[in-house]
Amino acid sequence: MNKIFLIIRREYLTRVKKRSFLVMTILGPLLMAATIVVPIYLATRSEETKKVAVIDETGIFLEKFKDADNIQFHYLPIDIAAAKANFTKSGDDALLYIPKTEVTLPSNAILYSENSVNISIISYVRNIMGKHIEELKLQARLKEYQTDKNKPIPVDDIMRSVKTTVGINTLKIGEDGKESKSYTELNMVLGMFTGLLIYFFIFMFGSQVMRGVIEEKTSRIVEVIISSVKPFQLMMGKIVGVGLVGLTQFLLWVILTFGIVTVVTTAMSMKNGKKSATEQIMKQSEAMNPAASEALQKQAESGSGDVSEVMEAINSVNFPVMIGSFIFFFLFGYLMYAALFAAIGGAVDSEADTQQFMLPITIPLILSIVMAQYIIRDPDGPLSFWFSIIPLTSPVTMMIRIPFGVPYLQVALSMVLLVLGFLATTWLAGKIYRTGILMYGKKITYKELWKWIRY
Amino acid sequence: MNLFSAQAVSKQYANHKALDEVSIAVPEGSIFGLLGPNGAGKTTLIRIINQIIAPDEGELVFMGRKLQPNDIALIGYLPEERGLYKKMTVGEQAVYLAQLKGLSHVEAVKRLKFWFEKFEIKGWWNRKVEELSKGMQQKVQFLITIIHQPKLLIFDEPFSGFDPINTNLMKEEILAQKANGATIIFSTHNMASVEELCDDIALINSSRVVLSGAMKEIKKTYKTNTFEVTYNTFTDALQPILPEKFRVVSETDDSDHRHATIKLPPDATPNDLIRAMLDRMTIYAIREVIPSMNDIFIEVVTQKISQPAIQE
Repeated sequence: MNKIFLIIRREYLTRVKKRSFLVMTILGPLLMAATIVVPIYLATRSEETKKVAVIDETGIFLEKFKDADNIQFHYLPIDIAAAKANFTKSGDDALLYIPKTEVTLPSNAILYSENSVNISIISYVRNIMGKHIEELKLQARLKEYQTDKNKPIPVDDIMRSVKTTVGINTLKIGEDGKESKSYTELNMVLGMFTGLLIYFFIFMFGSQVMRGVIEEKTSRIVEVIISSVKPFQLMMGKIVGVGLVGLTQFLLWVILTFGIVTVVTTAMSMKNGKKSATEQIMKQSEAMNPAASEALQKQAESGSGDVSEVMEAINSVNFPVMIGSFIFFFLFGYLMYAALFAAIGGAVDSEADTQQFMLPITIPLILSIVMAQYIIRDPDGPLSFWFSIIPLTSPVTMMIRIPFGVPYLQVALSMVLLVLGFLATTWLAGKIYRTGILMYGKKITYKELWKWIRY
Repeated sequence: MNLFSAQAVSKQYANHKALDEVSIAVPEGSIFGLLGPNGAGKTTLIRIINQIIAPDEGELVFMGRKLQPNDIALIGYLPEERGLYKKMTVGEQAVYLAQLKGLSHVEAVKRLKFWFEKFEIKGWWNRKVEELSKGMQQKVQFLITIIHQPKLLIFDEPFSGFDPINTNLMKEEILAQKANGATIIFSTHNMASVEELCDDIALINSSRVVLSGAMKEIKKTYKTNTFEVTYNTFTDALQPILPEKFRVVSETDDSDHRHATIKLPPDATPNDLIRAMLDRMTIYAIREVIPSMNDIFIEVVTQKISQPAIQE
């Protein structure tokens, strides 16, 4: 056990100390942050003005939707059925429908559109609705305290009860007025992105394992090492060491990306000068109770980052689940494929010979990426189900599905099968590896590999 | 007493039998030569001793008991196909490999510093392996092999790639290891170094041991009662003056003397040869021709190869 730790440490340290690791660690988050920030920035800068028709059955948002740089609102006095029927002819880009609520304040809206709805429209609407509802709630709460000026204001309590999340469903509306679900939501982007990231990570670190094995074989150090440790220990040590490098890289990316995105978006929203609910409480309470205003000031400082549109969109994602499942599917997906990559490395003499054996490994990976668009369109369909259950495709496919919500039983089944798949490929790879690493200068065929496995 | 012995070890690969009931016995404190042509099964046997691969049949005894997985810490192995991580520094790499053999980090560094000093490669500690010449790398590999002070050392073609000066240095080191109590298995094609270093040998050919034992004994049994004589004479031919069963194998001439190699019948002695020559010519020197390991190797191997061919 001590020896496998030595191997893991060497594999880890030699890679982390490389300059290319440092470059990737810095470039990765910059790229990822750019892919998050730039589209939003461009969307807010877009020349084209989007027209949004509003049908507000509640009546409380009348005149609340102010035209922004590139969004124009106009209120329709007709009912929703008529509006939907006329939508394609109206020339509007989107139709916002706030259904009537009986007792509580509204917290849901539907956004109809012909094509995909720009994320910036969604978050703009959500932002305005959310703030207005919070303001209404706040005023109701503050009324209780206006009569008695000495009664302390329970700041935390008010803040908590006022906080509102607005749900916006996006629906596509066809020329015939029929509805279908829209795919613009962040879920899709996130699913695609994490799926691709797993694909990319498995390939990148899997081939690092393969190159490492080939390096040991061509430099002829392998025989020295396996006179000290078992070939299987060497293989697993390498796989685990490289996997830890991947995990380190991923965690650094997550931390740095969050850092960059937070800094940039905060800077962007500060320029826009938007006011938060907390700032409003402050203004209103200042006159009434000077003692409370200091406490509120602190609240305002700590909470002010939350109000930017981007962060609001991002905050709607369940990050613990996303990161947790990403780490699981990355780790076991990687472990499963890395064993196969190690077996290839062990079987060949140089990287040029790897081509013929790479094909069966890359096919399921590429297939799961090619199928991604169908899976996103129907995340709960049979195709999605089978692709996310079969171990060779499940790491990528399951990651695409997870943002849409997957039944726990399916996730558990997929996880169990993936672990079994990992054990199976490792067992198989171990057999090929231990024979292959001692073979020099021999052209290996599939027939030969089959012999090694059975032998 | 034997430090290591293999008894009736067999190993079957998919297409051919690499070892067929091979038995060897390596006496403690000796240098044991493992000889044989390419593809005879030497490397397979060495890998089995190192527990890199497992034998199908047979028993391996080390220090009086069955060979165990932990024994690899007591064995040092310098493979024929050897190398180092090119991108790692020499020192870091040597410490890593020593640790894999079970040394602690502190102990590995301490011993390596001593050896680096002794081999005069101290300045290489922080250099990358790819900057080293092949001979330098061989030195590093050699000292990595002996760093954990193993009881049994296995060298597979240790001198390939060395210049004569370093070859001598290595020979001295191998003998020094022997003097320190290590037992050495030495596999090579270089018969001169076998004669120089080995106490015992085993010759493997076509997966079987065809010759084994103490080298002196083997040489004795391969003596053919042949003598080389240096003489001068005025008659042309030597053969007619010799007794009937004496056979001249070769005759050469230089400016001063003539030389002849003569094979005697088993019951004759060199005195009989001298007696026959004495009256006819002047004898300057006579010595017994002892077969070299090279001759024995070639004789045994070609014989064993040609035999099955005749049977077929």
